[in-house]
This record gives sequence, structure tokens and C-alpha cells, in this order.
Amino acid sequence: MLLEVKDLETEFKVKRGTVKAVNGVSFEVDKGEILAVVGESGSGKSVTSLSVMGLIRDPGRVAGGEILFNGENLLKKSTKEMQAVRGDKISMIFQEPMTSLNPVYRVKDQIMETILTHTTMNKKEALKRAIEMLDLVGIPAPEQRVNDYPHQMSGGMRQRVMIAMALACDPELLIADEPTTALDVTIQAQILDLINRLREKLGMAVLLITHDLGVVAETADKVVVMYCGRVVEQATVEQLFTKPLHPYTQGLLDSIPKMDEDRERLYMIKGIVPDPIHLPKGCSFADRCDKCMEKCREHMPKLSVTEDGRKVRCFLVSDEVEGE
Amino acid sequence: MFKYIIKRLLQLIPVLFGVSLIVFFLMRVCAPDPAPIVLGQHATRESMEEWREANGLNEPVVTQYVDFIKGAVTGDLGTSYYTKAPVTKEIASRFPATVELAIIAIILAAIFGIIIGVVSSVKKNSIFDNGGMLLSLVGVSVPIFWLGIMLIILFSGILHWLPSSGRIDPSLRPDTVTGFMIIDSIIQGDTVALKDAVVHMVLPAVTLSLYSMAIIARMTRSSMLETLNQDYIRTARAKGISEGKVTRKHALRNAMLPVTTVIGLQLGSLLGGAVLTESVYAWPGIGNYTVQCIMKSDFPVVQGVVLLIAVIFVLMNLIVDVIYAFLDPRIKFEKKEV
Repeated sequence: MLLEVKDLETEFKVKRGTVKAVNGVSFEVDKGEILAVVGESGSGKSVTSLSVMGLIRDPGRVAGGEILFNGENLLKKSTKEMQAVRGDKISMIFQEPMTSLNPVYRVKDQIMETILTHTTMNKKEALKRAIEMLDLVGIPAPEQRVNDYPHQMSGGMRQRVMIAMALACDPELLIADEPTTALDVTIQAQILDLINRLREKLGMAVLLITHDLGVVAETADKVVVMYCGRVVEQATVEQLFTKPLHPYTQGLLDSIPKMDEDRERLYMIKGIVPDPIHLPKGCSFADRCDKCMEKCREHMPKLSVTEDGRKVRCFLVSDEVEGE
Repeated sequence: MFKYIIKRLLQLIPVLFGVSLIVFFLMRVCAPDPAPIVLGQHATRESMEEWREANGLNEPVVTQYVDFIKGAVTGDLGTSYYTKAPVTKEIASRFPATVELAIIAIILAAIFGIIIGVVSSVKKNSIFDNGGMLLSLVGVSVPIFWLGIMLIILFSGILHWLPSSGRIDPSLRPDTVTGFMIIDSIIQGDTVALKDAVVHMVLPAVTLSLYSMAIIARMTRSSMLETLNQDYIRTARAKGISEGKVTRKHALRNAMLPVTTVIGLQLGSLLGGAVLTESVYAWPGIGNYTVQCIMKSDFPVVQGVVLLIAVIFVLMNLIVDVIYAFLDPRIKFEKKEV
């Protein structure tokens, strides 16, 4: 197993109290696999990925759990040791390509910086590698574009540069935090296709953070659905799309328009995400659930394993209660 | 870039015209009649009238102004009522003292201001941050003349470490080449004079720099805090580079943009003469001199100095804009073909 996240807890201390942004999340990513983490804003998916990178900063902290990468607990590593992992073994691309590159440095300097930090290459070799990487991510005339400043490139181009930068040191795991959200649809498809192709070519695993189920269906092998800092369902892409078990997942899938159905209005999950400081006593989704039962308001269901190896946190599937 | 600079320099003309207009008429409206001040209290009515006539003060104000502009265009700003020396010469003999003091003060202010600002932002809400911000609050609020006097009492009066006034011991004064005491003594290889000039510089420079340092520190801090929250800082951290390098290489360069403006404008105002500091330390610079000339209604000198200050300000702004273009590749003054 390449990455094993076990009972991860990440919290933020704010004036009003403590927000448990990630509350006992566990999942695994195998070598060469694409795992998608899905959820709406505030579900804790981005915080999960930043926790893996060791990039949670004040007032946040990882409060518990383990993050095993090739069997080593990343949470036990020193700042220096984590710096050696970041950008080399695990790298990350972000949602906003427009602002994720430093505006005052040329593209080549930013890509070369990663290479020079983690390898023994000299500047000339690093520049050559940077040009190769731009070529790999499909930037035309890389010898010239490498001298550009970020503002001379479009959003799609900048995201390609980010990917080139992230892959420059052949990472074993790429964390892509909503890599296509800020891009228009045709560019989205190109970027996803690129990530998928490079995954096959370079054999790396991808942790894909997204709120877009279309993206999941297209690229991922396995899916983790998060809600209010917890995993509510985990399955293969096929299982999830053919038979979602958790009412939240069902709601998400129902709210996507389908070609073969003739419906006047789309389904909508009622209500809004609860205040993270005052989560309801029982299941966090209870207030918004169409199938809510009495005990859902009293107890938090446990993430239980079904016969076909999926995991679901719902009393409709299993009676197990969290913490019992 | 060259075209842009020329364009900006041309804009100087209307600015100077406006400034000269305001200062010329203000002096004539507000300042007392110079004749009795120049000739002394025992001057007769006739001698004063004669003096006014000789200095063109009996002409209509508009004619006086036109004459002044005609002279100014050819570089003749008139002569001082008192010394009879050309205004340009009077200014030129005092300006180096002000420039020397201003440059040393702004260097001190920039170095310490940026260091305090960066440390405060990186260690936000720590004791360094609170201490640094307290110091800059003191810096912006302490009256400069009071600070100057306190420093004189402490370092000159009680400790006897530093001299309290002047640029250099008159007996050590090096021959004037550039007018900058420190440079002149270096050129002449006179280490004793150099040491004395530096020692004389310490208190005025520290006093003068405190306010600018405080402004620069606060600007650096807020600009750094904003920059440290940017997405590209997160990207830099995700690359695995050290936190020190993230701060120095990625954050500081971006945060320096607004700080450059502040440093430039501060230098501009310091070059215009630090009136209070120069008065407290009897520094023979242009600020001190101007105040005396305003008191004595020495119209030509005041007009000359104000024009000089306007030129300095416009030029400082231009220099800041040019530096901006070097710091930030997104700024281009001319349309480049893409």
C-alpha cells in the first residue's frame, strides 16, 4: 500500500471554538491508483489533502491518527524530513492555476527550483528537465515558453505548468486538489486526460480531490465520499455509480442531469451543511436526509464494511453505532 | 521605457508651473514686507522705497511673476535679498548636507524597517511582532524635535559619546569636492575627518530615520502578511523548499512592491529638507535654511527651494515607477507585441 490514512483528525482553533474539519478519516491509495475524494465545500476534503502534505498551518493542527506513506508515518517526521518528501515523493497541484504560480518569477525558475531542491542536477540539467516536463504536459514550443512569466499564459497553460512542476521529480503520489474547477469545460477535459495519461506513463498514484462527480466517473478507480469531516461512503467507481448506498451519495448522483431521463426539475438535497462548530448529535446528515429515522438523530452510525467490500456510514445499511 | 520616462519628465513642466504660481503668490500675500526686515528697523521710508524699487517689488504682481518665470527658465532664480548671492548658489552650498543626511537616514530606515516588518509578519502575534509594532507606533507618534533633544541629552550631555550639533569639527573639515562630508574625506584619505563626520552623522540620522523606519516597518508587515496568504506561497511550500526560502525568495520580493513606493516617497520628503531635525542638530542643510528664509521674507530663496522640492518629488515618483517595472514583470510601460 502506497498511502494509508488512518483515523486522521485535523482541527482548527477559531474564536468561536474548535472546528474538527477532518474527523477520523481513513482511506488507502495503492500504487498507480486514482482515488477520488468527493464532497461539497467544507466537507474536509482539501484539509485532508493538506494534512497529507504536512501543510496545515496555524490555527490548524493534525490532532490525531496516522498517515503512512510507504509504511512510514508522515506525522512523525520532522519539518526538514517533510520538506524532503514534499515536491519529491508527494507533490500537489491546486485549484487556482491563475494565482498558484509566483507572478515575479519565470516559469523555468519555478520548475527548476523544485528540481534543484530535490535532485543533484546542476542548473543546465535542471533547465533541460524543465523543458522536457513542459513538453510532456503538452505545452507547445517549450524552449520558448519556459522563459515566460505566468501572466503571459492562460489558465489551462498555467495548470499544465503546475502539473509539470509537480511531476518534475517523478513523485509516487500526486495530490490534485480540484485541478479543473477553475478551468472551462474543454480545458477541464484536456487536463484530466493529461493527468490520466501521465499516471499510466509514470506509474504514480493520484489522490484526486473534487466536488465534480463527472470528473470522478471519468478518471477515478475508487471513491471516498466525505461529509462534515467524515467518510460516509467508500466504493469503487463502478459500485458507487451503479448503486450508491448512502442517502447523501444518492442525493449527489440524483442532482446530476441525465441524458436518458425526462425530468422537469433536478433533485436537490434540502437544507445546508450544518455549522461545523455545532454539529448535530447524531448523524451529521440527518437534518437533510429524506430517509432520516429517529435513531439517526441520537447516534452516529459507524462506517461499516458491506459484503462486497464497500464501506458505508448509515443505519439503513448497518445498525453499528460509532464508538460502541 | 525610455519613451515613458521622457513623457513623465515632460509632465514635470505643468507641475512646476503650478507650484511656482502657488508659492509665488502665497509669499506675496502671506509673508511680511521684506524691506524693513532687510534694511533693519532704523531704515527710512525713502531707503525702503528705493530698495523695493531696486528689487522689482513695486511692479504689478503679475509682471513680477512673469519676470521670475523668464529668469527661472534660463536657470536664474534671482538673488537672495540678504547675501546678494544667486539663489542657485545658496541652495547648492547647502543641499549636499541635506542629501547626505537624507540618504543615510533612508538607508537606516529601509534596513531596519524591512527587517522589523518581515520578522513581525513571519512571527505574527509573537513578542517580536508586538515589540516591533510598538516600536513603530512610537516611531510615528514621537515628535521629532523632542526625540532629538532627548537623544542629545542622553548621548551628548550625559554619556558624552556623540557630538550634539554640526556636520564636522570645523578644524577637521576636508576640502570641498562633492560637498558630501563623508565622501570628501574618503576621497582625500582623511580618516580622522571621516570618523568625525560619521560620528556627527549618527544622532541626526537616527532621529530622522525613526519616522520613516516606522512607516516602512508597518508597510512591510502588512504587505508580507498579505503575500504570505497567497496561493503561490502554498505552492512554494508544497515544493518542499525551506520556510526561510519561502519567506525570502517568494514572499519578500512580492511584498516589496508597495514598500518600494513608501521608501521612495519617504526619501523624497527627507530630501526636501528635514526642518525639525536640521534645526535641533544645527545641521547646515536646506530645511533649516528655508525656515530662516521664510522668517526673513527672502522671497527668491523660498521660491527656489520650493521648486527644487517639487522637482525632487516628481523625480522620486518616477524612479519608484521605474524600479517597479524591474521588480514586477507584469508592469510594462509600453505595449509589447505578443
